[in-house]
This record gives sequence, C-alpha cells and structure tokens, in this order.
Amino acid sequence: MSTTVLPPGVAAAAPMPDILPAVKPKTGFTGFLRRNPTIAIGGFLMLLMVFVAVFAPFLWTKDPTALAPALRTREPSAEWWFGTDMLGRDVYSRVLYGTRVSLTVGFSVAIFASLAGLTIGLISGFIRIADSIIMRVMDGMMSIPPILLAIALMALTRGSVGNVILAITIAEIPRVSRLVRGVVLSLREQPYVDAAVAAGTRTPVIILRHILPNTLAPLTVQATYICASAMITEAILSFIGAGTPPIIPSWGNIMAEGRALWQVKPYIVFFPAVFLSITVLAVNLLGDGLRDALDPRMAKRL
Amino acid sequence: MSTPVLQVNDLKKHFPIRAGFFGGTTGYVYAVDGVSFDIAKGETLSLVGESGCGKSTVGKAVLRLFDITDGQVILDGQRIDDMPSGTLRPMRRRMQVVFQDPFSSLNPRMRVRDILAEPIRNFGLAKDAAELEAKVAGLMDKVRLPRDAVGRWPHEFSGGQRQRIGIARALAAEPDLIICDEAVSALDVSVKAQIVNLLQDLQRELGLALLFISHDLAIVEHMTHRVAVMYLGKIVEVAPKRSLFAAPKHPYTEALLSAVPVPEPGAARERIILKGDVPSPINPPKGCRFHTRCPYAFDRCRVEEPPLRPVADALGEGHVAACHLHDLPAEQNPLAGSKGAAILAHA
Amino acid sequence: MPLLEVENLQTHFRTPDGVNRAVDGVSFHVNAGETLAIVGESGCGKSVTAMSILRLIPEPPGKIAGAIRLNGKNLLELSDREMRQIRGNDVSMIFQEPMTSLNPVLTVGRQIGETLRLHQGLSKQQAEERAVEMLNLVGIPEARRRVREYPHQLSGGMRQRVMIAIALACNPKLLIADEPTTALDVTIQAQILELMRDLKHRVGAAIVLITHDLGVVAEVAERVVVMYAGRKVEEAAIGPLFRTPRHPYTQGLLGSMPKLGSSLDGTETRLAEIPGLVPSLKKKLDGCVFASRCPHTTDLCRTVAPALEEKAPGHVAACHYAAREDLGADEMVAA
Repeated sequence: MSTTVLPPGVAAAAPMPDILPAVKPKTGFTGFLRRNPTIAIGGFLMLLMVFVAVFAPFLWTKDPTALAPALRTREPSAEWWFGTDMLGRDVYSRVLYGTRVSLTVGFSVAIFASLAGLTIGLISGFIRIADSIIMRVMDGMMSIPPILLAIALMALTRGSVGNVILAITIAEIPRVSRLVRGVVLSLREQPYVDAAVAAGTRTPVIILRHILPNTLAPLTVQATYICASAMITEAILSFIGAGTPPIIPSWGNIMAEGRALWQVKPYIVFFPAVFLSITVLAVNLLGDGLRDALDPRMAKRL
Repeated sequence: MSTPVLQVNDLKKHFPIRAGFFGGTTGYVYAVDGVSFDIAKGETLSLVGESGCGKSTVGKAVLRLFDITDGQVILDGQRIDDMPSGTLRPMRRRMQVVFQDPFSSLNPRMRVRDILAEPIRNFGLAKDAAELEAKVAGLMDKVRLPRDAVGRWPHEFSGGQRQRIGIARALAAEPDLIICDEAVSALDVSVKAQIVNLLQDLQRELGLALLFISHDLAIVEHMTHRVAVMYLGKIVEVAPKRSLFAAPKHPYTEALLSAVPVPEPGAARERIILKGDVPSPINPPKGCRFHTRCPYAFDRCRVEEPPLRPVADALGEGHVAACHLHDLPAEQNPLAGSKGAAILAHA
Repeated sequence: MPLLEVENLQTHFRTPDGVNRAVDGVSFHVNAGETLAIVGESGCGKSVTAMSILRLIPEPPGKIAGAIRLNGKNLLELSDREMRQIRGNDVSMIFQEPMTSLNPVLTVGRQIGETLRLHQGLSKQQAEERAVEMLNLVGIPEARRRVREYPHQLSGGMRQRVMIAIALACNPKLLIADEPTTALDVTIQAQILELMRDLKHRVGAAIVLITHDLGVVAEVAERVVVMYAGRKVEEAAIGPLFRTPRHPYTQGLLGSMPKLGSSLDGTETRLAEIPGLVPSLKKKLDGCVFASRCPHTTDLCRTVAPALEEKAPGHVAACHYAAREDLGADEMVAA
C-alpha cells in the first residue's frame, strides 16, 4: 500500500475488497475449450474417430474381409484384439474399417440434407405460394418415421453406401427444411432486413447477404444432430440387411452377423456397439456445445 | 408553397387475421384506418401515440415494406404506393429509416464498412472503390464515430454507437426524408441526449425532413416542428408544436400530456387519469374511437365519428382536431382555452 | 431503527472474462412507510441491488457481501428456509414485465391466494375472499369475476395491478418495485402511479422503487439514491435532489432530459450531453467512477476515489468538488 498524502479537505472512499478471487480471463483457443468443455470432449472424440477412419490400414489391422474358417470365433487376445467372427475375420480390423462407413454416411447425410433443407427452407420462407405446397409435402413426409422411409427407399434400390446416404438424406430433409423455414421467417421480420429493403437491396441479395449467413448457426447445430441420427439409421439399416452390402464392413453389419452368437460370443456385438455409441455421443456433445456457444438463446428453442 | 417531400392521403392498412387449417380470413386488424398528413422539406413531423395506435405501421407503410390496403403515398410528387418494385427501387434512395432497437437493426454478420457501403452501392452513389471508401469515412465523421471503426463488427459497439451506425446507414443513401421509428426510445437518458442532438444537427446541416415516430412526448416536443397524435389507427389532432403543447384541442392529447411524469417534485399539475384500456383495433368502437375513455364524451360521440377539421387557436394556424366538443359553444367546451401550462406544470 | 439497512453491499459475478463488480459498496436505509427511489441508467447496478436484498442472485456465479438488515436481522446470514419465509411475506417484489411474471396456467385468484396460504395458512375459502379484497384494493373492477380469470384475459395495466395485489397480499413491510411502469404506456403508467400513491397512504408499506425515469421518481418517491457504475454517487430527499443536484452525474442526467413544456416559453435549448460511455465494471477503477465522463475532472479525481460526504443536511454526494451547503456552484468548478 502506498501512502499518498491527500490534500486537506479531501476524503477518500474506503477501498472495496475483492469478494470473488480474481480469475484470469479465459481467452484464445484453450480458453474457448475450457469454457466449453462439451465441445472439447466431443471434438476430441470426433477427431479420434476421424483419425481411426483415415488411418485404419496403419493401426495394426489385418485385411477386414480375409476369411479364415480355421480361426472362427476366437476370444479377444493379443493376436485378435477384439476376437474373430464366425467366418474367422478379425473383428478389430472390421470395427476400425467400419468407422469409415459410419463417418462417411454421417457426414454426407449431414451435408446433403442441410444443403437441400436450406434450399427448400429458403424458398418456402420467401415465396408464399410455394410455402403452403412445400410444407404440406414435408408434413406428409414427416408423418412417416424416417427409419421406415429409409427402409422403403432402400427396398427400391440396390444396397450400396451411396444409396444408403441418399435414402437417409431424403428422410432427414423435412426436419431441416422446417427448421430453416422457421429461422427465415423470423429473420425476415428483423429490422436490419427492413432497413436493407429500404436501402434498395434486391431480394436475391437480401437472401444471400442478410438471411443466409444468419441461418448457418442453427443449421450447423441441426447438422450435427442429423449426423448422429444418420449414423444410427445406417447401423439399423445394415443390421436388418437393408443397408451397406455385406462385403463392406460396417458396424451394423458386424452386429447383425454377431447377433446369432450373441449369447455365447457377446464381444462380436459389443465392440461395434461401443464404437457406435462413442461416435454418436461425440457428435451429440459437439452439437450441444456448439448450440450453447453459438447462441445461448437457441438452447431454449431447440 | 412548394410540394411537400411526403404526402400521405387517407392511408389504410388492415391486416387480415387468418385462422383454421386452410388459413381463411376471419377478420381484420384495423391497424391504420384513414391517415393523412404531409411533411415539407427540412421539417420534422412527429407521430405520437401509445403502443398499438398504428404509428409504426404508418412508418412501414410509407417505406412500403408491405403493400397498403387503401390510400396514397406520394414521395416528391410521385405516387409510390402502387409503383412496381423495379420503378420503386431507385425512389427508395429518397427516404430511409432508423429503427428503435440498436441491436436487431444491424446485421450481426456484416462489418460496419459493408453495412454503410450497401446503400451506396445499391444506388450507384460512388464511381469507384476509392470514392466508396471516402464516402464511408465521411459518414463515420458525420455521426461522430472514429473512422478506423469501420472494420469492426456491430457487437463490438454499445447501444448508442450502434444507433449512430444505423443513422449513418440511413444517411448513406443521401435521402430527403428519414423515418425515425422510436429511434431513441431504447437508449439510456444520457445516450438519448447525444443521439437527439446528433439528429438535430444533421437535420440542420443536410436539410432533412424527419418523420419522428415516438411515444416520448418530452423528446417529441424537443425535436419537432409539428405533431400528429394517433389513437387506434386514426389521427385525432395535428398542430404546430407550440399550439399542441400549449392548447391541446383533443381530450386524448390533453390526457396524454397530463400523464407524462415530469421531473419536478411537488409540481401542482392538473391531472387527467384516463379510465380503462385502449380498445382492440380488431373491433374499434363505433362513433368516436376515443369515446370509451373520454372524460367529456356525450351522446353524439357514441354514434357519429368526428372528422378532422380546423379548430380555433389563438396561437396560430394549422391546428386540426377530430372532436365534437368544438361544435359546442365556447363556454361549454372544456378544450376552448389554453390549458397546456396547467397540465404540464409549466411556470 | 430503520426498517431496512443496507451496508457496504457488494454483489459480484464471475464471468468468463473476469469478475463483474456489478454493485460495489452501496449503503442506504429505508424507514418504515417511506418510499426510496434508486435511479440510474442500465448497468448501474440498481436492479442487482434489488435482487440482492431478496437474495435472488444465483450463487455462483454471483456473490453477495456486506450486510442487509431487515429490522436489525441480517438477511445474508439466514438459511434458505428462513429466507423463503421473508420473501413474499415481510418483503415482496414487483417486476417490470407483468406478462412473464405471472403464471399463465393459474387463475389470478389462485396466484394471489398462494402466498397467503403459504405464509399465513389461510384456507382456500379465506384465500379467495382475501384475493377479491386485494383486487378491489388495486382498483380492478368486478373483482369477484376477475379472480377466476387467467392472466391472458387481462390487459397489461390490469396484470400489473394483479402483480401489485400479489405483492401486497401478505401485508409486507417492504415492497421492492423494479421498473414497475417501464413496460406500460403513459396513460396506463399514470393509472399505476396514481394507484401506488394511493396505496402508500392506505397500506403503509415502505417502497424501494427501482427506475431509470426521473419523472417517475419525482411523482412517487420521498428520497432518492442515484447509482452509477455500481456505486451510490448521491443521495437526498427529492426536493433538494431535483433543485440542487450536487454530483456532476446527477446534474448531467437532469440536464440531458428534455423538459415537457419547453416550447411554451419559446426557449429552445440544446440538450446537455454526458459524453463517453460507462466504464467497464470488470476492471478495478482507481479514483472516481465518473472521472472519465465528468466535465470537472482533475488529476485528483483520477487517482483518489471520493468518499460519500454530507454536503448539506441529509444530502450526500461522492464528489471532491461538489458544492457544500454554503458554497455556490461557481466555487465548485474553481475549487
């Protein structure tokens, strides 16, 4: 404490103590992660899964499709980390390669459904006549559970990863369009949009410059949830044999094949199930974290 | 007399109420129901009234943010209410708007430079990038913000600073008329004074006409030349500022003035406290719309709607009001004299 | 002994970018039956002060320190249970938004009766009788019918009356009104202010009125505390405060308000501005909180925080240069 001599007649106020310990502001990237632990955990798990998918061949895997009838249903051991299935294939390798299918489907569906939903949502948010028609169609589609819709679509085509993506995307579009339309309708009422109209901005520019960028935050959040639900839908489709062809290892396939042996060899189902759960958890954590970080008010809306 | 910058004739805006599965119309909100006024070059006309009286709807209708139900809006001698949007777009340059909420009136994903450049580009007011940059810098000077702030995002500014950016955006189009829709209502007292002074300086400097929409009578009195008072979608009184405040000629204006709290403890004021609430604009009362709350209402008010017409005013010309009381002999008319000073506790 | 005594109240909040010192050393008292207004602009800490009195601040991230004594009992030392006994019973509160502070799915009568049944153990029948009585008191016509209505059936002004009825139901000794008329139209505001003036005489509860509107203060308060940046900068009875404000912030505030009736004598004046912005409450300020915006700032102001001094009987201000009773305003600037 410095002792400053006050001029005569001057009274200084008593200093107020700190009642909360001073904390260092959490700034920068690490600060952001510390303030948003869900993003940190979800993001870490997600990166881990992407790493696994990309580098699967280098992570001590064997050929996931190599049959070895002599080595059927081996328990997990140093040789076969997750054991082998009823055709003698290495479950560890199959699960790691299965990550590729799951992530491809999840990300692709999230991207395609968002783009399609964004387009449809923008159109119906701006064109009155189109709105009532499009939204009734979407209502109709939403009355069918997405999984049933996807099964029906898969029944029309051959099983392939591309077709799985297409089927799930179509099933997810109505939800995204509804969200975007709702956001567009509320953004249209914003004073800055009125100000832009008064400033002579043309409608297409208003959509691109004033509406679109402001839909991206809620859309990103929605996309993560779609990603998670697409991964689950893919696993279900593959599990019931309506998804990826059996030749491509996917978590749903592996579980389907292990189903018959569930009571004696539970690990065949267990390991892909754990991977699926962790990945879906990661994506959902990321989504929740992004929602809170991007717009705290949206937490109530979604 | 030169042509007014803005002329509004018998403007009506009825919003349909949709209900049911097919969205059929079940009724109308008579938000604005026959409003006429004009604004001369460099003049400020204030539109006052309580929430739901339709004053903001008038502003938006004039800006043609939606199509009107009936009436005419004439800007610089040209009718704009029925103009196709292609012809209207260049006309929009002449009238701009400043909104109430400094937070939602700026696009959060645009930098200040882009916000200000948008109208300049749209109306082709700058030949090249250098001129654009110079104009943006000039606008920042006009609203007394630092030039180097153009690279920042709206959320980096306080409410008052954002309102300055909103004003700069309105000025960017070099308009003749600015519609201020509750432009200072959301601001704190000390910041409000800054923005009011800024608007007055700009008006003097640039010869702007202002349509000042507000519920704050003290600010209105400070800012305006003329005042139009609205109640339930109609204008009930129009007068030059001094006449209106010194000698209100409509019972609603009188009650409104008397209701404003003044920062003068113990002031002996004549208090008129209205009973009840404003009726719904879906089903406005027959006759004079104010008769349900009017302390002086008599039989005629309940059946016949009073037209807006000139009333006698010792202070000057141009005082119109819509009230049957002025048909009564002066000694029976409670609004005959100049009661403003007593109501406002003004020495 | 005053009814309420707030001493060195500090309410701080932990935020991601530092501690927000929302209220930092505020002291005042309220006598029984008196109306005290706390005025200031947004962010000055007036609402946080009100919430702190009822301990409605979530802890964490907030923390309250100091002393808040109601009839000599320090509310900050009470258990949560004891505090619940005080809220709604000895001290009640009216909020700004009558729309969101009422429960939309309960009838008006139920909401008034709830506090009565909770605190005073009235039967359902008695509670409804009392609810009708309260609605009559706050001037709601046809009270017997209205008790069975839901909030959405009432207009904004009616809802605020119901809020007041709920707040007064248990005959509180202290009523805290946080911007009670800000969301209302002027003619409705006039009705509510009239009601508050009337109830003051009939009910006799002390009122702490939180507002930003100096006009409202002049209409209902007896004494005023002016807050700025989390501190009390001036306190006086309303007469002296409006006639001879001592703190430059109060002077600036009054000067920046246009006066109704200004056009009548034809003197068109420019509004006084307070330049600049309120300082961030996340940094500890040396010197006077108003130094960055004050027209009279000197080096002394920037380094030494002025103590609250009695400049005239009952009139305190925190300013090194504020005029004392026997000094004129000229000397103040020269000092």
